[in-house]
Order: sequence, then C-alpha cells, then structure tokens
Amino acid sequence: MDILSILAESVRSALGPIAAIYALAAIGLNLHFGYTGLLNFGQVGFMLVGAYGVGISVSVFGLPLLVGFGVGLLCALVLALLLGIPTLRLRADYLSITTIAAAEVVRLVYRAGFAEPLTGGVYGLQNLAGGFRELNPFEPGARYGIGDLTYTGTHLWTMVVTWSLVLLMVGLTWLLIHSPWGRVIKGIREDEDAVRSLGKNVFAYKMQILVLGGLIGALAGCMMAVHQASIQPDQFKPQVTFFLWAILLLGGAGRVFGPVIGAMAFWFLMSFTDGLLKYLGSDLGLMPFLDGPDYGALQLAFAGLMLVLLIVFRPQGLIGDRKEMLINVK
Amino acid sequence: MRTRLVTVLLALITAILVIPGPAATADEQGGEALQGQIRNPDDRDQGVEGIMIQVFDGADEIGAAETDSDGNWAVELPGPGTYRVVVDQESVPAEFSVRETAILVDGETEVEVEANDQRPLIIALESAGGGDEPSGAQSPSDTDSEGPGDDAAAEEGDVAPATGGSFGNRVIQLTAAGLLFGLVIAISAIGLSLIFGSTKMINFAHGDMVTFGAMVALVFSSGAAGLGNSLLAIFAGLGGAVLIGAFLETRLTRTVLIVAQWSSIFAGIVLATVLGVLGDSVGWEVPLWIAAGIAVVMGAVLGASMERYIWRPLRRRHVALIQMFIVSIGLALILRHVILVLFGADRSRYAGFQIQEVVRLGPISMPPRDLVIMGVSVVVLVLVACLLQFTRIGKAMRAVSDNRDLAESSGIDVDRVTLYVWGLGGGLAALGGVLYGLNQVVQYEMGFRLLLLMFAAVILGGLGTAYGAMVGGIAVGLVAMLSTLWFPSQLMQAWALALMILMLLVRPQGLLGRAERVG
Repeated sequence: MDILSILAESVRSALGPIAAIYALAAIGLNLHFGYTGLLNFGQVGFMLVGAYGVGISVSVFGLPLLVGFGVGLLCALVLALLLGIPTLRLRADYLSITTIAAAEVVRLVYRAGFAEPLTGGVYGLQNLAGGFRELNPFEPGARYGIGDLTYTGTHLWTMVVTWSLVLLMVGLTWLLIHSPWGRVIKGIREDEDAVRSLGKNVFAYKMQILVLGGLIGALAGCMMAVHQASIQPDQFKPQVTFFLWAILLLGGAGRVFGPVIGAMAFWFLMSFTDGLLKYLGSDLGLMPFLDGPDYGALQLAFAGLMLVLLIVFRPQGLIGDRKEMLINVK
Repeated sequence: MRTRLVTVLLALITAILVIPGPAATADEQGGEALQGQIRNPDDRDQGVEGIMIQVFDGADEIGAAETDSDGNWAVELPGPGTYRVVVDQESVPAEFSVRETAILVDGETEVEVEANDQRPLIIALESAGGGDEPSGAQSPSDTDSEGPGDDAAAEEGDVAPATGGSFGNRVIQLTAAGLLFGLVIAISAIGLSLIFGSTKMINFAHGDMVTFGAMVALVFSSGAAGLGNSLLAIFAGLGGAVLIGAFLETRLTRTVLIVAQWSSIFAGIVLATVLGVLGDSVGWEVPLWIAAGIAVVMGAVLGASMERYIWRPLRRRHVALIQMFIVSIGLALILRHVILVLFGADRSRYAGFQIQEVVRLGPISMPPRDLVIMGVSVVVLVLVACLLQFTRIGKAMRAVSDNRDLAESSGIDVDRVTLYVWGLGGGLAALGGVLYGLNQVVQYEMGFRLLLLMFAAVILGGLGTAYGAMVGGIAVGLVAMLSTLWFPSQLMQAWALALMILMLLVRPQGLLGRAERVG
C-alpha cells in the first residue's frame, strides 16, 4: 500500500456501486429536506422495505426481479403514508423523532423471530441477484478500467444501471422543482403559513413529497439488494440515515446535483481516511494503540466529525447556496 | 469564536490519541477468503471451539479450518469463484447441531466469492433436538460493507422476561420488571426533556451520554489503570474549565478568562498523557457505588462542557435548530465510536452482581440488585422533583423550560441555568446508564437503544416537562414489558414506539403538556 494506491482505491469507491446507491437514496432525502424542509431521519426505513421487497419476492416466492422492484416500491408507498398521516401535521421536530423511531421499528419487525419464514430473521436473505446478473452484458469475472482503477464486470453492470437511475432521478428532480408544483414545495420550506394562506393544501403537498422521496429511497434499497445479492436487517441501522445526511450536507442540500457530488465526495473521504489509517497503523506501525475493528469505528466517528464541522463552517456544502440553507423550525 | 471551536475539537482529538488502548494486531488484507465465527447458542458471548470446516472447488479440497477458542475460522481461497463449504458434523459438540437455513442444508452450502472479497459465511448452531430458537440472534458475522464488522453482536430484546407461573403471576412479575425498566428510562429521560425545554433542541447524543456513564463506572469498578486515570484527568481539566467559565466570568477580563480555561484543559491533557504513559503502574479499584458516583460527576462534566463549548457558541452564532439537530447527531456518532474504540465492543457486566439469591416479596421475586436499582431510582426521582419544586435554581430551570424569553426578561441568567440543566441532564443520564447496565449488560450501543425509548417517554409525557418525562418513562417501561405477555419479546421496543406514534395522533402535546397549537 502506498499513497497512490490509497488514492486509486478512494476514487474507485467514489465512483463505485455503493456510492451510486447512496447517491440515489440521498436524492430522495434531498427532496424531503433540501426542498421541503422535512426532517426525515428514517430514510433507511424506506431503503429497508425496498430491499426486502426484492428479497422476499425473489428469494422466497421465486418471482421475477421486476416484480420484486414493484413490491419494494409499493411497500415504501405504504410506509410513507403510515408515517405521514400522524406526523406531517405536527412540528418538524416531531417528524424527526417519529421517522427515526419508525425506521427502527421496521428493522426490528423484519429481524424478529416470527417473521423468519418471510424475511430470514437476523440471517437475512441470499441469492437475490440471479435475474439481474443474467442481463449483464459484461464478462462477470473480467476486470474493466485503466491502471489501478478497475471494476469487475458484475460491479460495472451494477454501476451502469445505478448511475443511470441516479441521472434519471436528477433529471426528474430538476423538472419537478422547476414546475409550478416545485415552487409550492419550496414555498412550504420557506414559510408554510404563507403557502397555506394562499389556499394551498400544505398537508397534501408534504405527503406527495414524502411518498416521492421515499420511493426513490426504496429504489436505492432495491439496488442494494441486487448489488450485494444478500441482505440482512442489521445493514439498515440508523447510521445509514446519518451517512445520507452527511452526503446531502456535504454536497449541498436544495441543489439538484448536491446528493451526487456529496456521495462521491463522501465515499472518497471515507475510503481515503480508512486507507490512510490502515496504512499508518498496520504498514508503518505508527498507531500501536488501534486494533483491527477500531479502524471501522474511527471511520464512523470521522463521519460524525464531518457532519459537525460541515454544519458549523459550511452549512451550504460543496455546491450549495447559503440562502437555501437558512431553513428554520418555527 | 470560530477558532475556539476548532481548537476544542482538535484538543479532543489529541486527547483521544494520547489515551493508551489495547495493542494492535496486524490484519491481513487482500486476496479472497471465507471467514466467520461460530457462537454458542446458549451464551452468545462464547464461541465454540474445534469445529472443522472444509472448502471444496468441485471435488478438490482447497482448504480446511478449525474454529479457535472464540469460534473464529477463516479459509484462504486461491481466487474468485464458486465454492462448496462443508461443516464436519462429527466435529460439532454433541449438545449442538448445525442450524438449517435456506442455503445451508445438511451442513453444506455453495458460496460465490468475488475478487478481493473476504466473504463472511453464516454458520449457526442450535441446541440439539430443539428447533425452537430462544431469540434467534446468534448472527455470527456481518456482511455490512461500510460499517465496522463488529457490531453484529448487538441484538435487541435481550431482556429475558419472567417465564413460567400462571398468567396472573406473570402479569405481576412483568409489572415489577416494567416498573424497574420504566424508572431507569425516566431517570435518563429527565435530562432530555429539560434540555429540550430550555434550548428547544433534541439532543440525539443523549443516549450515548447514557453509555458513557455505564462504561466509566465499569472501568472504575473493575480496576482503573492507564485508561481510567487518563479519562479522569481530561475530565478534571474540562470540569475545571467549565467551573472557571461559570463562576469567574464576571470577575476576570475576557483574555484572562480564556487563558485560564485553556490552561485548565491543557493541564488535564498533559496529566492524561503522563498517566497514560505510566499506564498500569497507577492502578486502583473502587466498589461499584463509588464508581457510579464518579460516573455521575463525569457525566455532568460531559454535559456541561458540551453546552459550554459547543452549544452556547452555536446559539450565539444563530445556527438554526435543524442544523443543531444534525450537529447533535454528529456528536452522537463521535461519542459512540470513540467509546467503542476506547472500551471495545464486548458485552460486559458489572462483576459481583450476577448471581444473586432471589428475594421474595409476596408474589414478586427479584434479585436484590433489582430492588436496589428501584430504590435508588425512586430516591433520585424524588430528589430531582424536590430540586425542581422547591429550590431557586430548580424553579429557574422550570421557568426557562417553560418560556425562555419570559424567564430572561424577568432577570434569570438563562445561559447559566442552561449550563446547569445540561450538567444535571448529563449526570442523570450517566446514573441511568449505570442502573441500566447493572440490570442488563454494558455495551457500546446500549444508550442508542435506550434513546428511542427515551424519545417515546418524553413525547408521551409532554416534550419539555420534567414530570412528564418521569410519567412517560414509567408508562413506556410498563408497556414494553407487559407487551411480552402476548407478543414476542423482540418487539417490546416496537410497542413502546407504537404507543408514542399513537400519542402523537390523539394528544400531540403529551400527557402533562399544555395544549398549544403545534404545526
């Protein structure tokens, strides 16, 4: 390991399938928070129901993959409605607590013993990607790329599909936000009461955006199931949501390309710090007090530090507009 | 202000770096491998030794491995491809058998390994003859590709509800257990509610302050060496700085004040380094109740210094509340994982309180430690209620919590009261952590799990009211425990959170909250 290979590895993960999946989920969160000001701390719940929609359909019932995607999106729709009805009329801080709690409840239910025939309990589901990999036009074992920057055919195929979805959703966001509907949405973020006094049904608009962002999150979950070919409930802990927030704030909330730039920058930084720590620790022996698993923990602590520093020093993120981030809880 | 924040963060990082930790082990990277950990189904902290695992490519055996004393095994593979893994049923101890799953049939499975993939493989055991799973949580490994691989051991619902006996008897037992659990939640949640009341901020780091208390008490009660001494020194430095800031603010000029605070923190860090270098030669050990006292003081210092050096500067800069939530989430991540690095991911218990003769009180039987927990909780709750009801500072806290602007205009030093609220909240959270850890296990994620129940408690009782947090905490504890009468115990958290969502639907201001227009 030298600095160059650490850099190559970081670029690899910045463009890789995981970054694409997180970018997709962050686009949903951007619709919630960046444009509407909804404090959704449970985006991972949408990813979970999406992933399990694919998982249960494909692995348990043997249905085709596309049906699985449909089931996942349908589950996300139901979850968004269930979440939205009690909380969207309340203040933003209630929504934040309820969403984080609901995402945990969903995870607990999916991993509980009685759900095991369907969800596989704590063991999760496996062998989910068959249908997806059959469509792969690339050679699965071969490596594609230049120099140190290579991907296997399987990963390249996932990347092509997921990044295309990301671009599609970016386009959709742009179109929506520049429509009359999008102006109402941004109006809700700036001043809900003003929008209400213009005769708009704020609750309905909020519900629509919650469903839409949730569906995009579920799509990211579906791609996650397909990418890993296996899912466990414990992959969907609340820290995934916190990563998504870091991505959104790093890129710039309320910007169409914010989540995409953010996801790339975030995974570059995560991979880079991880590689650097391991290089300094294991190869050079400079950090004798760190144990193997500690590197992962330090990486997560670093994500937390990044959130704090970003909010304090650059709340608008890399490409954001400072005015867009002056959202306040009333 | 900006530079001060940066320096505080930098100082904290240096402090973390100078604290000694366990010695490093080299971790190999690169190449393909299959690995996993086989755990004892009866005691998930224990691995099972001596199980043979063979890996085949077609008919050729590629490698074999035997689990070590912790149940770990790993087989290096020549390259990516599909392999057949066979668990040698003969080598599995007679009291266990290999658990059948969708892909693992008869101890055999096929796995696909990609390039550079250190793929974990799940092999679980079950008690021989019994197909019924107690809690189904011996997931041996985690394929999580971005998080640390060691948080798989965390599982929910490890409270074993009382079993056996008639239905009425179980109701009484579970009510007692629920009351105990509720009291612990109430103690931890008062701070959360008061902090929300006085600053309108939801402190997502509160759960990790609970963990902090439990961990610190564990360190001091099981022998504090380098790590404990260093932590103590750093917190003494921080506490000194907070006290200097709070009490000498009016008497000293601004520059002298800042220099004094910094020298206090710096002295703490220097002392911590010295003690860290001395390491185990300055070892000492105190009984748990003294350790709990130390933990409460350190928790109070942690809360107060967070308010003094992070939240107050942020409020002065008029950072919006949503941004503050996100900062607190960031702080929670930092705190949780620093705790993980310092104290490790093991689940441990306070020594000496495990096996106790059960005391019978009428229909209720519980170990003496649970009675002590209940007694301590009730006394502390009464004391806190007296503090809030009868003392000057308590009245000021309730006033600030009720209406910050009105309190300020009637001459209350709001900043100072907020500092006290954070100190009180931090201390109570640490105490809650010790009690929770005494009742169950100490683990780095325990606080986060409790945090969701604390949210449920404060919303149920009414956000911002201290008494509401008490009532809500006990209600949440009772609901969680009594739900296990009819539903699986893994879902008890889910029921508590469902209760919270129900409350938001019918009475968003909570049980004791004043009806106001929300939203």
